[in-house]
Amino acid sequence: MGEPMIIAEDVHKWFGDFHALRGINMTVEHGEVVVICGPSGSGKSTFIRTINRLEEHQRGRIVVDGIELSHDLKNIEAIRREIGMVFQQFNLFPHLSVLQNVTLAPIWVRKWKKSKAEKIARALLERVGIPEQADKFPGQLSGGQQQRVAIARALAMQPKIMLFDEPTSALDPEMIKEVLDVIVELAESGMTMVVVTHEMGFARQAADRMIFFDEGQIVEIGTPEHFFTDPQHDRTKLFLSQILQK
Amino acid sequence: MSRSATTIEIDRPPVIRSGPLRWLKENLFSTWYNTLLTVGSLAIALLLAVLFGHWALTEAHWAVIPANLKLLFVGTYPLDQLWRIWATLYMVALFLGFSGGLHRGLILQIALMVAAATVLLALLPFAWATRLWILATALSTLVGFGLGRLTRQSRTSRWLEISLWLLSFPLTLVLLKGGLFLPVVGEAHNVGGWNKWGFMLNLLGAVVGITLSLPIGILLALGRRSSLPAVRLVSTLYIELIRGVPLITLLFMASNMLPLLVPTTFRPDIVIRAMMTITAFSAAYMAENVRGGLQAIPQGQFEAAYAVGLGRMLTTLLIVLPQALRAVIPAIVGQLISLFKDTTLFGFIAILELLGMVDSVLGNLQWRGTIFELYIFIGFIFWIFCYSLSYISRRIEKNLGVGER
Ligand SMILES: Nc1ncnc2c1ncn2[C@@H]1O[C@H](COP(=O)(O)OP(=O)(O)O)[C@@H](O)[C@H]1O
Ligand SMILES: [Mg+2]
Repeated sequence: MGEPMIIAEDVHKWFGDFHALRGINMTVEHGEVVVICGPSGSGKSTFIRTINRLEEHQRGRIVVDGIELSHDLKNIEAIRREIGMVFQQFNLFPHLSVLQNVTLAPIWVRKWKKSKAEKIARALLERVGIPEQADKFPGQLSGGQQQRVAIARALAMQPKIMLFDEPTSALDPEMIKEVLDVIVELAESGMTMVVVTHEMGFARQAADRMIFFDEGQIVEIGTPEHFFTDPQHDRTKLFLSQILQK
Repeated sequence: MSRSATTIEIDRPPVIRSGPLRWLKENLFSTWYNTLLTVGSLAIALLLAVLFGHWALTEAHWAVIPANLKLLFVGTYPLDQLWRIWATLYMVALFLGFSGGLHRGLILQIALMVAAATVLLALLPFAWATRLWILATALSTLVGFGLGRLTRQSRTSRWLEISLWLLSFPLTLVLLKGGLFLPVVGEAHNVGGWNKWGFMLNLLGAVVGITLSLPIGILLALGRRSSLPAVRLVSTLYIELIRGVPLITLLFMASNMLPLLVPTTFRPDIVIRAMMTITAFSAAYMAENVRGGLQAIPQGQFEAAYAVGLGRMLTTLLIVLPQALRAVIPAIVGQLISLFKDTTLFGFIAILELLGMVDSVLGNLQWRGTIFELYIFIGFIFWIFCYSLSYISRRIEKNLGVGER
């Protein structure tokens, strides 16, 4: 397998005086799907956002695909090209059509020809199940459709890694499945993924490893079987009992 | 019997009867004081209308308008060179038609509006020769439209369009003022500088001010939010200084103080100085309008843009500015309208624009006491232009409404 895709060593992050990440150590291998869960405010978003440097870590080391994250802007932009990210609130560009949302970065960052970018974009829209929406605007789509466009937009850059930050939390219940199906398919295709989610059914189905976060630290790491049947830590047990009750 | 079992009764929304009588009753005569107000204001309006109508029809000397039309619109521009102004108009009409043919939509509507306006204008009692000159504008629009339609498939026509519009500025200058192959108007014809060109100066000032102050304003707005402290400081200082001073003061400074500071050889003439001043003034307000739009962009838009690999520059150009400008179109157009009207302040620094021409007309003994007629006419001209601008802005808003959140 060689070098891991993502290496985090002793990663710390403060917001003012607030110590949000307190020494995160973990790695993600090529093709591995890691699911992160934990209570609200435990630092899951903050951590996943340090991986593509939407947040800057203040101590420790993060290495992505062999490149260490530093202040060097060129470095950061190079890494962001290789990492796709999907947000809880979709964050589609409302002034651009669905097709333009997906082709924007390939055209301007990868410098592809428009025809090539559009061909690949249409294939991706097909893959996420909404080929007929290409010419609509984000505001005309349902939440589930918007999130699938967001996934297609991230995939259009042909990233090596995909990050998901609670991709289904802002969705109405009847739309969660259509988005999860797309993410599962992606996981099965061998994409390296880090997914923050509370969808335990999805975790059981797709995760290679589970990570439990609490108060800015990793409390427990393990395979899904271990995690669901034999959690070691009291806080993990409590969290699981709460979340599985729902 | 059986019908009622098989057909489903559809509940229709109740139809609200809204005859004119009912509307009157509900809106104007609902209570006794409402009735009083209605009758009272009607009486006042009627009285004013009668007084004005009487004056307008019996006492007013409307002849002053057609007799001085040339003076009001183009001032001292030499008669034998008037074709150059027409040529400029035709050029703009041609380009407008061309763009309309390429894109259809709003630009075409604007082109059609202009064409329709010229046809209406030609219906007024002008001399036949003048009518032909006027109608040729509509013809240019048509020709441009045809060219645009024919070439709309080719890629080069888009580039041609952009280059034509960019070229239109120097071309206008050469056509109107002279240079290159054309004689310089003021010198060759001994009619003084271009500071006596009437309404043409209002138009030129507005167009120059509008096209320059928007990009400068955008840069200032971005500068005010820059992460570089020096850039931020300079932008903020500029915006706040300019906004703290009335335009007329700036114009006086440009006309009286600048000559003291700058040697004659480097000193731009008064019209250029006035245009620079109004641009500088308008840019500061534009910057604040744009900043309002920038502040309305959610953080998530930046993050999504960075996450797909766009740098700061591209994020600003492709994601932030388009959304920010859309959000503040009404404010920007409002700003453009006031810039247009502010060009009448040029009159205070020895520039005879439309308003300034009034004095020249009144100086003629034949037209003494026609000040009301002149001002009403000028007000009407400005109203037409400003109303068209705000109409276009409403159309833009509506067009862009598609797909907004
Ligand atoms: N930009 C910020 N400024 C200040 N505090 C923040 C910021 N972002 C997150 N936090 C704080 O950091 C903690 C972790 O946040 P987050 O990573 O969003 O948690 P999670 O995603 O696990 O719910 C929370 O207490 C939150 O209030
Ligand atoms: Mg979160």
